[in-house]
Amino acid sequence: MLPEPLLELICPAGSLPALKAAVDHGADGVYLGLKDNTNARNFSGLNFDEKSLAEGIRYAQAKGRKVLMALNTYPQPATLSRWHAAVDKATELGVDAVILADPGLMAYANRTHPDLRLHLSVQGSATSYEAVNFYRERFGIRRAVLPRVLSLPQVENVIRNTEAEIELFGFGGLCVMVEGRCLLSSYACGDSPNTFGACSPGHAVRWQQTDKGMETRLNGILIDRYADNEKAGYPTLCKGRFEVQGDTYYALEEPTSLNTLEMLPEMHRLGVAAIKIEGRQRSPAYVAQVTQVWRAAIDAVKKSAATFAVQPAWHAQLDKISEGSMHTLGAYYRPWK
Amino acid sequence: MRLPNFPQPLARVLRRLPALPASASLVALLNLVAWKSLKDLDWAPLRGRRFCVHLRDTGLRAYFSVSRHGFVTEVNEQADVTFTATTEDFARLALRVDDPDTLFFNRRLLIEGNTDLGLRVKNMLDAVELETVMQHLPAALSRVVANVRLKAQQREIAGAH
Ligand code: SF4
Repeated sequence: MLPEPLLELICPAGSLPALKAAVDHGADGVYLGLKDNTNARNFSGLNFDEKSLAEGIRYAQAKGRKVLMALNTYPQPATLSRWHAAVDKATELGVDAVILADPGLMAYANRTHPDLRLHLSVQGSATSYEAVNFYRERFGIRRAVLPRVLSLPQVENVIRNTEAEIELFGFGGLCVMVEGRCLLSSYACGDSPNTFGACSPGHAVRWQQTDKGMETRLNGILIDRYADNEKAGYPTLCKGRFEVQGDTYYALEEPTSLNTLEMLPEMHRLGVAAIKIEGRQRSPAYVAQVTQVWRAAIDAVKKSAATFAVQPAWHAQLDKISEGSMHTLGAYYRPWK
Repeated sequence: MRLPNFPQPLARVLRRLPALPASASLVALLNLVAWKSLKDLDWAPLRGRRFCVHLRDTGLRAYFSVSRHGFVTEVNEQADVTFTATTEDFARLALRVDDPDTLFFNRRLLIEGNTDLGLRVKNMLDAVELETVMQHLPAALSRVVANVRLKAQQREIAGAH
């Protein structure tokens, strides 16, 4: 049997103004992280300290919205106490759930704060119901965020075989390599999402306008060069252009954004618990615009899934703020399957 | 949102001015409109760092650093990080109508030099609430800004529905 579709809208917040923009424009919940490598968006100046976190929680919960805290990197032996302290802080300040990837940290949370609600992060990389159920049985996770590599029939198979709620990415940047398992950034600059908390951290990135175009380098390695009229993408290796047998092209992935608006009726039918919007690294202006569109779309599908139609203006609005300014259904839609 | 473009003759004059007075006047402007709402940010990691704001349409480059008391002109015209965009796009960013990543994807914003420093500044500014900025603006300017922002947003929303 398929569960009731909750279809919560979960939006990113890299700062207090972004959190408020999400709440004001209709997010059911926001997700955020602290200013350190305990979460996978560890960029200088981004994220929350204790004061802004407390205010963010107060602001969201006063309006009946949830705050989910991402603690989704893998603790390093020398600094394990930092992750433990973050779980303690999250509990003390009253977040609605923490989003974890590391089983050791889940065990700590179970032991120390038995009532704390746990979500399995996309960084945990659970792609099957067996994996999701493992985390549920051992650590009592209530919800799992699935990596952006499954087709919808595969998602359905997971949902039919687990009691855990399932959250799917609906919109934003695409990380194609079963997040949590990609080491490309580490290969180039020694820092990867799982340990440092960022793919292509700022200290390794250089942009330079040259006679040949704008060059992007990661730790000195040229990963792309854009002509004046070409759109740019994030400086990640997966979206670089490389020479393969004499041809230079996007050998791994083109800079595009995931946009699954047209799959909303199917996600509704499957009983998906929540739709996640990517982009904690982005500004309040982005959060406001995306939240507005997705709120309208989710309301429309809940009202009548049968007559739901994507408004062209929604696509226009989302394409404008997307990486690569084009969108894809990602792995969810694989007609050949 | 269309903000007034610089009249061409004015742009030409601005380009011919030596960098110092241009820097100095932009820095004076920043101190006047923005310092009050920014002074409580954690500037410590940015002490001694030199910034350049390059207005693509006028060719103007302003070099400055941040002290305890406000923005200070950098006389030797060197920067650790340089932001390049048109005057209008900088205004759209300041008014929170556009986000920097969108402008970056569309090649309307370029960050050269120390990227980490550039991202830190961007993220710090994002964390300032717009209301705080507005409260600290001189009253007349605050009204103009609110108006321009409202109009720009109405146009965005009209496009979304
Ligand atoms: S390189 Fe690409 S696929 Fe790998 S972690 Fe970074 S964004 Fe994801």
